[in-house]
Amino acid sequence: MTVRKNQASLTSDEKRAFTSALLELKRDGSYDRFVTTHNGFIMSDTDSGDRVGHRSPSFLPWHRRFLLEFEAALQRVDASVALPYWDWTADRTTRSSLWAPDFLGGTGRARDGQVLDGPFAYSTGRWNINVRVDGRPYLRRTLGAGVAQLPTRAEVDSVLAMPVYDMAPWNSSSNGFRNHLEGWRGVNLHNRVHVWVGGQMSTGVSPNDPVFWMHHAFVDKLWADWQAKHPQSAYLPAAGTTNVVDLNDTMRPWNDVTPADMLDHRKFYTFDTEPVAAASQR
Amino acid sequence: MNKITRRQALGTTAGALTVLGLTAAASSVATSAAATPAVSTPPGTVDEVYQGRRIQISTGGGGHHGGHHSAGQPTVRIDGRELHIMRNADGSWISVINHYETFTEPKLLARAAVRDLQGAPLVPFGGAA
Repeated sequence: MTVRKNQASLTSDEKRAFTSALLELKRDGSYDRFVTTHNGFIMSDTDSGDRVGHRSPSFLPWHRRFLLEFEAALQRVDASVALPYWDWTADRTTRSSLWAPDFLGGTGRARDGQVLDGPFAYSTGRWNINVRVDGRPYLRRTLGAGVAQLPTRAEVDSVLAMPVYDMAPWNSSSNGFRNHLEGWRGVNLHNRVHVWVGGQMSTGVSPNDPVFWMHHAFVDKLWADWQAKHPQSAYLPAAGTTNVVDLNDTMRPWNDVTPADMLDHRKFYTFDTEPVAAASQR
Repeated sequence: MNKITRRQALGTTAGALTVLGLTAAASSVATSAAATPAVSTPPGTVDEVYQGRRIQISTGGGGHHGGHHSAGQPTVRIDGRELHIMRNADGSWISVINHYETFTEPKLLARAAVRDLQGAPLVPFGGAA
């Protein structure tokens, strides 16, 4: 069974295995197909039209399925690898070991934002940005420049306290847990982290930066934490909603998986620290 | 296809582009100064040079490419190349360059994209350069 660990607790060998598997997916071309898929949904998901991957209730199950597919690809390279998660409420500075040269490398230089160290620096010749929205072929970051602070634990807790999964109109203007976690409304969690990292992470082709997966693995964990906290709260909407993926509707691009299939992460993996169900505390 | 070819041609030389942009902007100002108020630019239309890049925003039309947009949405171009943008339900805007950050109007979104690009040309939607 796959166990997803906090990136801060990975051993040197685990870091090396993870980055090596990423480089192999990049080399064989499969990595860039994930970037292409993500950008396709980024551009087509709209508040007033069909929306699946973002700005909609299925933001969470869509990314859970997307990460599962990516993790399976990593495991075909190295069966020992699991996606780590980045708890950005705890590892919240540019000095975090996450950004060290033995893991993801650091921020970009001022002149052009280019990341110069670590396994994903352009100079290695192993991490060219091929699926892109502008002409630059190198990984870029501007850690902490686009927005000063990553979300705090208190801000996360304020969103986890919201008892309703999602609300009409089921888009970027919704109240409820999903849209506050996604960040279009309120204290802004997920979106703000993309902006804090900067570079490709702030664009539609954000999976070009390997931190994308670790950011979304933590967003995914927060969904599990929320479920444990609100065991009576269900995925919404249940049925019959135009342009929106209801509980038992299939999701593009897979067309054989529904939000209902994605609700219990323990069918696929566990976390190093599993959320404790609120019901058992009563 | 002509459109793509022209865009690719425009993207080749940043130096020449800047000159073209300035010239075009200057002639546009001259034209509107000489014309009657009736042909002044429609609301929301922008044609400016910002940090050496030409930003053009035209309103109306819609449905002119790929079907990503809803009709009636403005078209934003930087040095002649279209920037993918989207309107949020609350009326704010995002672009594919700053996808997770909202802007109150397209001009601010375009300027943010210019700052992020640091001189790099946009590439056609969804494609490798």
